[in-house]
Amino acid sequence: MRHPRARGASRIVVATILALVSAVASAHQESGQAAGFLAGLAHPVSGMDHVLAMIAVGLWGAVLGPPAIWVLPVAFPVVMAFGGLLGLLGIVLPGVEVGIAVSAIVLGAMVATEVRPPVALAAVIVAFFAIFHGHAHGRELPEGTSALLYSLGFVVATGLLHAVGIVLGVAHRWPAGRQLVRVAGGGVALAGLLFLWRAIA
Amino acid sequence: MKSIGGFGILVAASAIAPAPAHAHLVETGFGAFYDGIAHVAVTPADLLVVVALALLAGQRGTRAARHALFALPIAWFAGGIIGARWPAMAALPLLTTLSFAIAGALVALNASVRDLGVAALAVAAGLLHGLVNGATMAPAGSVGLALAGAVSAIFFVTALLSAEVTALPTGWSRIVVRVAGSWIAASGLLMFGWLVRSAG
Repeated sequence: MRHPRARGASRIVVATILALVSAVASAHQESGQAAGFLAGLAHPVSGMDHVLAMIAVGLWGAVLGPPAIWVLPVAFPVVMAFGGLLGLLGIVLPGVEVGIAVSAIVLGAMVATEVRPPVALAAVIVAFFAIFHGHAHGRELPEGTSALLYSLGFVVATGLLHAVGIVLGVAHRWPAGRQLVRVAGGGVALAGLLFLWRAIA
Repeated sequence: MKSIGGFGILVAASAIAPAPAHAHLVETGFGAFYDGIAHVAVTPADLLVVVALALLAGQRGTRAARHALFALPIAWFAGGIIGARWPAMAALPLLTTLSFAIAGALVALNASVRDLGVAALAVAAGLLHGLVNGATMAPAGSVGLALAGAVSAIFFVTALLSAEVTALPTGWSRIVVRVAGSWIAASGLLMFGWLVRSAG
């Protein structure tokens, strides 16, 4: 006959083993969703080159006024996603980092000099650079996260950066604000030069 | 040229070939009906297609919104019953991704889709997503109740969103709807690329 204390100890051992050995999780919740969305949301703001170019798109839209102010932010995410699709499919795009740096230079210069091309041409310029940004992001999509939520977070963050540019661009209505917006554009262009130097060096 | 053809075959094969239907019906603890409601909330592809179609229907006006309001849930339920009966044919991630990407693109373009076109889109998307839902809900049992919950959530979201969009004045608020459509389309494009890469 076993001692009651020994029996109790063995029960504790069995209970501990049962508690530590995890059962197979055959149900049900999709994992990594929140992480995927937050990772996507954080991705565009992790690189200053992307951040400045996205804000410059919004600023340029604000400088150009309607309909460019909304055409550019509507067109950019879709074309950028197309670039991302190319990156995901492994289609090589030469000079991606150079393209991103040049996008900051060109878009910043457009804002600084208040160039006002036709809306279609402005959309083409923005779309052209969007492909480089999207391609770079597409190559960087991490494994193991919820791809759709990551993509959604990434697109939403990009859109919000455009919105920041548009809101800042509201200052363009006033003379002092107009000068500030132009200075901001110049700053983006100068930063683009730095990015270009880094990309080439 | 050859590589493009090969890529096309890969995409077509990935779209048609059923992937394993991993069950992911959320267990709320309140029963199958509520599990079905929660399922829509935590399945981004389902939620995005419902939102995109509701926005599209709202953009196109009251008649289109009324068509979508009933066509989408009914088709979803019918697809769900079929998917539950024949679950092997049911996980088609490329097609479900394409469905919300196309709906989002139509919203972004503010495309002049006719009322019946909106209804046809709602039926096609509803059948497709319902098919996948039915297959994923079947292993958990109580498919009918879970589907009823999912369809109720879809009806509710469609009614609210399409009514709101229908009532929006022209101007910034309608542009926001188009921006939302472009975000959905962009997410779909990225997801499409990710799926093709995973399949390769």
